[in-house]
Amino acid sequence: MSQEFRTTSGGRIDRDQAVRFRFGGRDYEGYAGDTLASALLANGVIQTSTSIKLGRPRGIFAAGVEEPNALVQVEEPFPEPMLTATTVELYDGLVARGLPGQGRLANEPDPARYDAMHAHCDVLVVGAGPAGLAAASVAAASGARVVLVDDQPEPGGSLLGTRETGALDWAASVAADLRANPEVRLLTRTTAFGYYDDNYVIAVERRTNHLGAAAPAHLSRERIWRIRARHVVLATGAHERSLAFDGNDLPGVMLAGAARTYVNRYGVRPGRRAVVFTTNDSAYAAAADLLDAGVEIAAIVDARPDANPQWRGVEVLAGHTIARARGEDRVAAVVLDDGREFAADLLLVSAGWNPAGALYSQVGGRLRFDADLGAFRPDGCRQAVEVAGAANGTYPVVGCLAEGTAAGQKAAEATGFTAGQVRPLPTIDERPATPPVHLWALPGDEATQFVDLQRDVTVADIRRATGAGMRSVEHVKRYTTAGTAHDQGKTSGTLTSGVVAHLLGVDVGDLGTTTFRPPYAPVSFAALAGRDRGALHDPVRVTALHSWHEAHGALFENVGQWKRPWYYPQAGEDLHAAVRRECRAVREGVGMMDASTLGKIDVQGPDAAVLLDRLYTNLISTLKVGAIRYGVMCRADGMVFDDGTVIRLASDRFLVTTTTGNAAAVLDWMEDFLQTEWPDLRVRCTSVTEQWATVALVGPRSREVLGALAPHLPVDNADFPFMTWRDTSVAGLPARVCRISFSGELAYELNVSWWDALALWEAVYAAGEPFGITTYGTETMHVLRAEKGYPIIGQDTDGTVTPQDLGMDWVVSKKKPDFVGKRSFARAENARPDRKHLVGLLPDDGATLLPEGAHLVEMETLPEPPVPMLGHVTSSYHSAALGRPFALALIRGGRDRMGERVYAPLGEALVPVTITSPVLYDPEGTRRDG
Amino acid sequence: MAEQTLLRQSPLAFAADRLAEVTRATGGAVYIAELPFLTQLNLRLDPKGPAAEAGALELGVPLPTGPGAATSGPAGSDELTVVWLGPDEWLVIGPPGTESDLAARLRSAIGDEHAAVVDVSAQRTTLELSGPRARDLLASGCALDLHPRVFGEGASAQTLLARAQVILVGRRDGAFRVLVRASFAAYLVDWLIDASVEYRVTR
Repeated sequence: MSQEFRTTSGGRIDRDQAVRFRFGGRDYEGYAGDTLASALLANGVIQTSTSIKLGRPRGIFAAGVEEPNALVQVEEPFPEPMLTATTVELYDGLVARGLPGQGRLANEPDPARYDAMHAHCDVLVVGAGPAGLAAASVAAASGARVVLVDDQPEPGGSLLGTRETGALDWAASVAADLRANPEVRLLTRTTAFGYYDDNYVIAVERRTNHLGAAAPAHLSRERIWRIRARHVVLATGAHERSLAFDGNDLPGVMLAGAARTYVNRYGVRPGRRAVVFTTNDSAYAAAADLLDAGVEIAAIVDARPDANPQWRGVEVLAGHTIARARGEDRVAAVVLDDGREFAADLLLVSAGWNPAGALYSQVGGRLRFDADLGAFRPDGCRQAVEVAGAANGTYPVVGCLAEGTAAGQKAAEATGFTAGQVRPLPTIDERPATPPVHLWALPGDEATQFVDLQRDVTVADIRRATGAGMRSVEHVKRYTTAGTAHDQGKTSGTLTSGVVAHLLGVDVGDLGTTTFRPPYAPVSFAALAGRDRGALHDPVRVTALHSWHEAHGALFENVGQWKRPWYYPQAGEDLHAAVRRECRAVREGVGMMDASTLGKIDVQGPDAAVLLDRLYTNLISTLKVGAIRYGVMCRADGMVFDDGTVIRLASDRFLVTTTTGNAAAVLDWMEDFLQTEWPDLRVRCTSVTEQWATVALVGPRSREVLGALAPHLPVDNADFPFMTWRDTSVAGLPARVCRISFSGELAYELNVSWWDALALWEAVYAAGEPFGITTYGTETMHVLRAEKGYPIIGQDTDGTVTPQDLGMDWVVSKKKPDFVGKRSFARAENARPDRKHLVGLLPDDGATLLPEGAHLVEMETLPEPPVPMLGHVTSSYHSAALGRPFALALIRGGRDRMGERVYAPLGEALVPVTITSPVLYDPEGTRRDG
Repeated sequence: MAEQTLLRQSPLAFAADRLAEVTRATGGAVYIAELPFLTQLNLRLDPKGPAAEAGALELGVPLPTGPGAATSGPAGSDELTVVWLGPDEWLVIGPPGTESDLAARLRSAIGDEHAAVVDVSAQRTTLELSGPRARDLLASGCALDLHPRVFGEGASAQTLLARAQVILVGRRDGAFRVLVRASFAAYLVDWLIDASVEYRVTR
């Protein structure tokens, strides 16, 4: 019983290597070199599933990527949905089942690796059939860098499905030449699926899928190739098509060329007794090979009236067509237009060939209907591309070889190479072709005449679309879904155009075809994601102290791509307990924090002060060397863009700090103005963010810690006043110490080389130990600054907030003639008294922590919507220093509402809160000097 | 100061063993190592002005004049490399510990001309990549054409490797230097080690 449809010899399978697999719950055997489809056919299985909409039996129809029917779900070794049986290479232990439409993704993570490669070449050849091999061979011989991609396991293309041994030997030799050439990359099992402008082609290589569970774990299973080519040769071949007749979807109806491939390449007879229905010569070659392999040919139905009535002893019914294919779940008989009936289990169909123009069309190539060919063919493209062979509508092998050679030569010469010697082309005995006829739909019951087998679209459906007034094939496609399945209409697209034209009574060429879009064939998301998953999905930026923070139990907060210590919980502490402890330590003793993520920019040159005066709202040029000033930058619209400190290092040199998230944006902002608006300014900017690591040393006892670490540095308030800096040695390390405070406490920022960060940190930690020094994270930093009413740009602002809205009139210079944003402050809108102001909020119950983002309303009970909003909470924390929760908020006219009660709707309740100044802690600023 | 130098930590010191393991696991197909503490000076000046001439003269290495170029002095322990970063911007790379001296020399050679010499030695660390599969390894995350004819010795680029910005410099014998921001170095090393799995030698 096993493999009873297998021929006794021949084919490109390895008959010594049996392969066991399971399909639809039954065990089968095939051979290495089989596809799942060929192995099923060898075992007499032609039906793979039922159709998605109508539940009709459907069988293997094609032998390659164009297969519309035989969708399968692979279950083992790892679940993978929506593959076609014709493209799944058989391996031991494969478990699969047919799919009526949709499959399922695995629930567990895929253990396989997926990756990507970039490749560059002079000439990219897509397709390793006769034309592609000839093109690649010529181009490679010229010395050009060549990439050749082909979706099959071995080069040869259509030749693999023939018995042309001379041509196959030539193909093998050419492939060997190409493999031996170090400037050539020959990628088999690789499908080019996207073609974009400037000859950018994306392909997927199936590297170990065919090995099943035996695939080596360290190799990527699939690889995405991103190929940039100077010239492209498309040798993508052609797909055979069927036509619309009654019962044309029955299992056993098969493309003639596919049957030929099964018998020649896989040594499989797709049936016992076949009727061949054709409109052209190509099906005769299929009939001959099947006949030789022992398949009985009941009759050849040739739609051309002048066809020869006898062929190798088989009756040829010239000028006839098919009325219907008859059978339950497989073809049992074929009925002709004159009522004659032939018993058969196979109906081979050829209604012509469609050049595979998808890639060409994707990148903007025009496809024009060729009436002689009966198909759409390439007709001009803006890329540097050649089309050769069947993809160009040239079907004889000799013609493909000649076109491929010419294309390869042209491509090589276009990229500056001189075509070299190539292997002599094989000679092939081909009969001169006789012209085909072109048929789309035959008379009959349109409801059983299928145009798109996967989408269950019939001629009747298309008639409904044209009956509803649609005249464009694009509209018909969307209305009927024809051509939208996994196969993207490879066998049905041109047929759809033909049927629509037939129903409308217009010329197919005038109607045109639909536009093709990537991907040419389905690609798994796993392959597209590649290695960009898990920890490598997005870079994590860390400071030089990261490992210390980790070792000391810090939890981390994501700030952009940075990981910053959030808080350092001790045993049993939650966020609130830890932050309360950290805050108290800083306010009452001394704390330390890693502030290395602050952006830092070195600005120098004779006009450095002029640049900064123009970019900051306040005056920078008056800053003395050795001093520090806080500054705010606005965009041209007057809205706050960034803030930070400016340190004057020399008369012509400053160090500017930015917020963590805006470091790159501020540098770009400066460069933008210098390069486009003020090229006359002699200023050079250099990012030094990661040159300097920064440790904040904060709290009333910070001076004592610094004194211990820097014995030679005078640290008295008079010697080292607020907003000044000193270059000195801290713990023996060259350091720049800045007296800056973001908490209102006495504080220093110690800057050392990124390399010295750990040495400094550990020294500070040790020197602070007698003072109970406490490490703290971003949460505590936020609480401390909010208690002082210091805004965080990007949290308390959102691009619609001016410095004045923040209550920072003082930072906007009245003296400077101009700066970025100044003009906008004169706008009436910016002077409105009901703009939103930054204010403090105290929940009246002294206990409720308002959620950040909570809205604020004026009334005690909510009226019917729309409810007028006063503003929203931007920051909200528990305060150890205040002994209660508090918040910052942007509220309409907030500064004129001090002491007023407003309400925050939280769930069903309206929580009363009182508006206060945003500075809730030490409003007199007495703590700054310790 | 000596004991403090000992406490210095390069961004990838923690990864040295894992990188050495890559060479072993790939049978030498891929070699990756950190070159810590290299001197790096960011140099910004008018390429047509006297400062450019004076700077190049002091370095003994011509400043590369266009995108994608890097120039080097004679090979050796005191080798200097200058990488083109922009029309008026270069990165001068030299041996560890020379940053102060080199910056002072450049500053004084340039004199009163408008130029910025900024020590950025700690800003990026440097990875040396070599071995027969080094180029393929980079090609899995870098969109540039790294063919020896296109990106050989003396080539440079500011580009993305995986999702990290890097400065890539072509070296002798098919080797590369990858300069990466200190904060991105750990990510990049994780990515490189993962990429090298492909080239593991299996028994």
